[in-house]
Amino acid sequence: MSSSIVIVGGGQAGAQAVDTLRKEGFAGRLVLVCDEPELPYQRPPLSKKFLSAELDADRLAFRHRAFYDEHKVELMLGKRAVRLDPSGHRVELNNGASLNYDKLLLCLGAVSRRLTCPGSDLSGVHYLRALADVPPLRAALKSGARVLVIGGGYIGLETAATARKLGCEVTVLEMADRVMNRVVAPVVSQYFAKEHLSQGIKLLCDQRVVRLEGDGRVERVVCMDGSSHPADVVVVGVGALANIELAQSAGLNCDNGIVVDEFCRTSDESIYAAGDCTNHPSPHYGRRVRLESVDNAFEQAKAAVLNMLGRPHAHDKVPWFWSDQFHHKLMIVGLSQDHETQVLRGDPAAGGFSICYLKGRELLAVETVNHAKDYMAARKLITERTPMDIVKLADAKVALKEAV
Amino acid sequence: MPNIIFTEPDGTRRELSAPAGISLMEAAVANRVQGIVALCGGACACATCHVYVGDAWLARLDPREEMEEGMLESAFGVKANSRLSCQITLNNELDGLEVTVPAQQGL
Repeated sequence: MSSSIVIVGGGQAGAQAVDTLRKEGFAGRLVLVCDEPELPYQRPPLSKKFLSAELDADRLAFRHRAFYDEHKVELMLGKRAVRLDPSGHRVELNNGASLNYDKLLLCLGAVSRRLTCPGSDLSGVHYLRALADVPPLRAALKSGARVLVIGGGYIGLETAATARKLGCEVTVLEMADRVMNRVVAPVVSQYFAKEHLSQGIKLLCDQRVVRLEGDGRVERVVCMDGSSHPADVVVVGVGALANIELAQSAGLNCDNGIVVDEFCRTSDESIYAAGDCTNHPSPHYGRRVRLESVDNAFEQAKAAVLNMLGRPHAHDKVPWFWSDQFHHKLMIVGLSQDHETQVLRGDPAAGGFSICYLKGRELLAVETVNHAKDYMAARKLITERTPMDIVKLADAKVALKEAV
Repeated sequence: MPNIIFTEPDGTRRELSAPAGISLMEAAVANRVQGIVALCGGACACATCHVYVGDAWLARLDPREEMEEGMLESAFGVKANSRLSCQITLNNELDGLEVTVPAQQGL
């Protein structure tokens, strides 16, 4: 067993790895390096209940400090790993310290894609990724403030919903012809677009932002069609990129993420990686994926730990995702790419429905809106590759688990 | 601060007190009750904070809402007294609440 394990990154994967390492009996030196100053915390509430101040920061932490003390976890918070030397088994931090490891786990997560158009660096332009991003944004979301959200994906729409609940005048600019176009079917996009509109949010699609204008501080956002949108606050949610800088500069194989195998091993035999930063095989779907998902970070971190401890364990889970917007819950299980058939279950006008994606009779993915029964049934059916009966499937009166 | 008694999957009894206003799941996680995963952090999206509620207490809780009902339908080892602990908000009337954590969470 390794005598010294260093984990870089304190998000969902890093926090889970610490937990699993001690639970599985690793008794050696364990160091967690995280560039954020807070104890490892949950990210999903940042755009929802934490932004609206319904949750305090101490309720976001995965574990109290006592846990780390008791389990002899050396926390190096607010420290950034700036250089990785695989041949010397060493990580250097921005405070000049260096850490030797027998095994290293990279849980570096993803970073917000930045706007690059003119005016992107004006003040009043916010991103939402880390806990520290929230207090300035929350302070800006005053009742009546004109909030312009660039990007109609998960972060953009969740933030728009929260800002609206706080009394802001919200406009969302989406580049594609519909919101969440990369992750859901058109009918789901329409459902959420309608909800946002009915809550008084202005939603504009096919809008390509070309510049931000203002005198030091953002005042308006200008689109390619010449339209100009006044703004007191701009929130940018235009996707995320795997955080690969440290790995790439150390010569690890990277390609839209740190490339790992199903055992979470990078191209260096002593270095593993887990979570949003990885490009990993999905044995279930027979291809490589990079996922931004709490569940994937959790499962991959557990698998990585077992492998680091010399207990081979392939990471092969069907991923799932969720989003809360107003009082609606979107839950997705599986990956729909390569589907041949799409089946709608239920009536979107009735408030709860699902979209099933199939290849032959196999269910690849299901998107559910306010429909926990279909979601949970789908998790089982997809994992077990249960052949479905498409006629029954289309009949919402037949429970999904019975549509086989 | 209501007291809660958890029976962990290995039979260990854990008595702890937690502030009113937080969820039963948060109380379990903060006190590292074994067997509670709570992966989604209380969004009612994972069914990994499942508990069995003591008979005397079941009727004193607000009933399951539709989402919780749906999440529990396909979860592992569900019984009539199953609840997702993220959906139970602690208050002083729940002082003495007894729950048991199942051996497996999720599906």
